[in-house]
Amino acid sequence: MSSPKIWRQRIERYRLLGQKCKDCGKVLFPKRLVCSECGGREFDKEPMPEVGKIITYTTVYFGPKFLEQDIPYILAIIELKNGVRITTQVVDTEPKEVKAGKEVKFVFRKLKDEGKTGVIIYGYKAQLC
Amino acid sequence: MREVCIIGAGLTRFKEHWSSSLRDLFVEAALKAIDDAKVSEIASMYVGSMSSGLFVEQEHIGPMLVEYLGVKNVPAVRVESACASGSLAFRMGFIEVASGLSDIVLVSGVEKMTDCEDVTSALAAAADVENEVFFGATFPALYALIARAHMDSYGTTREQLAAVSVKNHKNGAKNPDAQFQREVSLDAVLNSVMIADPLTILQCSPISDGAAVMILAPLDMAKKMTDKVVKITGSGAATDTIALHSRKEIASLDAVRLSAERAYNMARKKPEDIDVCEVHDCFSIAELVAIEELGFVKKGKSGKFVEEGNTEIGGKIPINTSGGLKAKGHPVGATGIAQIIEIYKQLTGNAGERQVKDAKIGMTQNMGGTGASSVVHIMEVV
Repeated sequence: MSSPKIWRQRIERYRLLGQKCKDCGKVLFPKRLVCSECGGREFDKEPMPEVGKIITYTTVYFGPKFLEQDIPYILAIIELKNGVRITTQVVDTEPKEVKAGKEVKFVFRKLKDEGKTGVIIYGYKAQLC
Repeated sequence: MREVCIIGAGLTRFKEHWSSSLRDLFVEAALKAIDDAKVSEIASMYVGSMSSGLFVEQEHIGPMLVEYLGVKNVPAVRVESACASGSLAFRMGFIEVASGLSDIVLVSGVEKMTDCEDVTSALAAAADVENEVFFGATFPALYALIARAHMDSYGTTREQLAAVSVKNHKNGAKNPDAQFQREVSLDAVLNSVMIADPLTILQCSPISDGAAVMILAPLDMAKKMTDKVVKITGSGAATDTIALHSRKEIASLDAVRLSAERAYNMARKKPEDIDVCEVHDCFSIAELVAIEELGFVKKGKSGKFVEEGNTEIGGKIPINTSGGLKAKGHPVGATGIAQIIEIYKQLTGNAGERQVKDAKIGMTQNMGGTGASSVVHIMEVV
């Protein structure tokens, strides 16, 4: 992954900043150019809440190379308080603790690095509340 | 719109073809199809391939395959819609013949996966790379998220998921073109290595090489060329969000339902009219959700339906008589065409040991990603 690509996504990855449609009020994260609900094209900036709940989850035993050191890891779809859904890892817990409906909060973590000459990529993961 | 028929088919066995390249596999299957159809010329060609670039570092395969097949200067289009590339290539060829632009059109799919060192990452490119894969999603993991949602919503059990693999391996054991021609027990499926909970490795389709090719022609020509004419009466396609998490219902596949509705409407058929069906069982849960969305069983009831044997050969609606992606193999771009070939064999009475009695109307469902694209076809004996 190239450094400009990481830089381009800094607003959502590092600051959890999304947008709200000026026409219908739909909250979108990460940002896009057209509202998925009403087709609106104008938005206000909208910070994401830092808590949500687990919708569905799995424990991954064979993952991509960049996550080899984290195997097994827990992956979940999380619904934030404002209805926005995201996919990320649930960390600092055991698979048996994870259930649909449980509350989680965002934590700031290293996601991957590009190797010796590249940048370290940070972003959000989730932790049980 | 002209009526369109299948006049020939050919495929390689699906397996790890260590001594064959992508072009070798395609030409082997294409020659079989051309010989089967007894045609001397083709007007146009469509090739479904998910990712020849990531799998074998070769793009621009349309002209390359035209050249190696020896059908000089024929126009060729590569079609990509992840694992639905094959059936979308079929649909494009169907449209070209139906429109009257061309008469004899070759439709195909090919994938050479075993030359690639990191197949998991190449396949992951069919998900939302920035918003799913970046955070650790793999395909088994995404389908495991669907499986968990189905279990939580409808009480579907691990045994019911595993029953899909047992049935598909039972069918694959009767298919000489299948990658795995052996049966597996329920215990073996449940106790095999866990990939992404609740999906064990025997609930995941394998990495495969293979090609599948069909020849299409308008009805009037087809009648003169073959005595077993199979007509395409329905073709439906639909899309959904690229990321699984953007959908309201995680345990549903809207694109599958919509593509089926469109095909049923075009063919003027209902689920109960279908005699045999191939669905996209890339993972056990995918087959359960697919048979619900195709209307063979009510939402949430698929686990019990499969467990009771309704989807076996001789059951209410035989599903994946070929062995499905699980046992037949899943060279992604070739899968959609291979599904249609299985139905073609069933409708022409050439399915051997796995023949469904009196099969007159058949259906295929092929999807890309976690159901972000889905293509359904309905075929009937004329």
